[in-house]
Amino acid sequence: MSTPTASSGRGGRFVRRIAGRLAGSEAVPGDTWDAVLLARHQDRPYPLDYIARLMPDFEELHGDRLKGDDPAIVAGIGRYHGAPLAVIGQQKGRDAQDRAYRNFGMPSPEGYRKGMRLMDLCERLEIPLVTLIDTPGAFPGADAEERGQGGAIARSMLMMLRLRVPTVAVIIGEGSSGGALALGVADRVVMLENATYSVISPEGASAILWRDASKAKLAAAAFKPTAANCYRWGVADAVVPEPEGGAHSAHDEAARLLDGYLSRTIRELQALPLAERRRQRRERFRRLGAMREATSA
Amino acid sequence: MSRRPISISIDRLRGKRPATGPARRLPGDERSCPHCQSHFRAEEMERNCYVCAVCDHHFGMTARQRLDHLAGGEPWEEIGGELRAADPLRFVDLEPYTERVRAAEAKGATEAMISAYLEIEGQPCVVSAMEFGFLGGSMGSVVGERFARAAEFAVARNVPLISVTSSGGARMQEGVLALMQMAKTIVALDELADARLPFVMVLAHPTTGGVWASFASLGDVTYAEPGALIAFSGPRVIEQTTHEKLPANFGLAERQFEHGHVDAVVDRRELPARLGRLLGILEQPPRDESQSLASQLAQNGSERAARMAQALPSLSRRLRGRPADATYHPSRGHSGS
Repeated sequence: MSTPTASSGRGGRFVRRIAGRLAGSEAVPGDTWDAVLLARHQDRPYPLDYIARLMPDFEELHGDRLKGDDPAIVAGIGRYHGAPLAVIGQQKGRDAQDRAYRNFGMPSPEGYRKGMRLMDLCERLEIPLVTLIDTPGAFPGADAEERGQGGAIARSMLMMLRLRVPTVAVIIGEGSSGGALALGVADRVVMLENATYSVISPEGASAILWRDASKAKLAAAAFKPTAANCYRWGVADAVVPEPEGGAHSAHDEAARLLDGYLSRTIRELQALPLAERRRQRRERFRRLGAMREATSA
Repeated sequence: MSRRPISISIDRLRGKRPATGPARRLPGDERSCPHCQSHFRAEEMERNCYVCAVCDHHFGMTARQRLDHLAGGEPWEEIGGELRAADPLRFVDLEPYTERVRAAEAKGATEAMISAYLEIEGQPCVVSAMEFGFLGGSMGSVVGERFARAAEFAVARNVPLISVTSSGGARMQEGVLALMQMAKTIVALDELADARLPFVMVLAHPTTGGVWASFASLGDVTYAEPGALIAFSGPRVIEQTTHEKLPANFGLAERQFEHGHVDAVVDRRELPARLGRLLGILEQPPRDESQSLASQLAQNGSERAARMAQALPSLSRRLRGRPADATYHPSRGHSGS
């Protein structure tokens, strides 16, 4: 098995380390399941934990100006290395009460519309955007459907794709389904070392593909949703290292490691001409996929 | 008359047919209405666009039947037809993904979407039609690529793009790469928008999950077929997750119309005429290439902007010491006006 080669910097070094660790154990369902559990660890830092450490001056915005405010998505602007920066992310709760308040990080259309409000602000005031992705998926509820859950996700992707400002998407925990991708159409998509990114949560896949809710471990092993694999497939551009033992064990250190990557990447993106940045962003998503060509079409 | 119970089973009828075609039934092959139990001959079904003549139930249609119907029986030119599914994850659930693909291909379709260049009522356009019979019409890498190529073909020919969806959502067996196809369709639509070309959606039964949460939600004009289920999360998932009791018409086209998510619910038999009329309305008159930006702006009443546009070429010539044409494309025809 070949190890992936890094495009640049320390991201690659860590990817090699992680990939090497996975190479011998990829087929064991339990290991991938451990990755899923780690990505969902209840002590893992959430967007507000990173925000508090990366930008002490932060103004959180509320409401989609249409119906309400969705606590599953936090959005706001803060001071970051001497310049304004906008952040949108899915926020899970830590204790039972907070979890219910945040709807377990499952956004409603109002949350995505709040995000789009902020994207509009980014565009007008030329403020770069960082998204912090951590969700089991968009909320599956009748009300959410009727208020346009599908359209909200689609429009959020389209709006992000069209932004003229630099954008970075960071999968900080679990990135599942369109509910995650709605905030993931960025110039650079990176994953924390123990984050996962997949088309659906293992539980959802288990119920649908195995017709048995107890096969989540098998589903996780089949999806291989780890950062190292996503890097191999080109879905993630880099892997940001976490503190020894995982981000949940040291929030300050996790924030410091993310800070190093983010500040450098935003600078790099700002140095690119707008047309080139947009070309690269489109090309990045245009080329993703795996297929073959029929010999006699 | 057609309500009379039929004594001959479909299977027995099928058994009498020459054993040339595929043996398994495809969407668009069912001939008994699930609502009123009326039974039809194959040619009756085709003549009535696979709509029940008694109760107007809309049966499923294969992508080929859909394209034939929209093209009025005229031939169409397939785009990206050579693309086939791969197995990037070496995915196995109850059976290997490669086996599922092989079985689906054996039924005759090559993937869950066919993109084609054709004319609807004399209006040239590109249509991407989905095939529910191929792994639930799920969107994997090939569907994303065929959709993107359809949009690019539309841009190259300067014609509108139409999509008819019938899909359970993203193809799970391709994992996160299937998820990424949602973004790929968005990129394709952005290129279509750059070329100022319309995108028309027709939501057929069912349009759910990642297809509804990507290109299917972004039609400039959106039609839905009667009774089509349109949802991000299907009713079963919602009931299991939230234990809500859902109304019987949850997510159906008519209810989505009430909630403002579709522009019209259109009977399939009227669809070609309706689409043809819409494309006719949206067709731009031929642009006069000699008309300058300045005179266009003046026509629109913004004289100050017109003066600025007039000043620009000479200004940039003076400042940069080279012909304005090289840098300021829109006023290329300006010299005379």
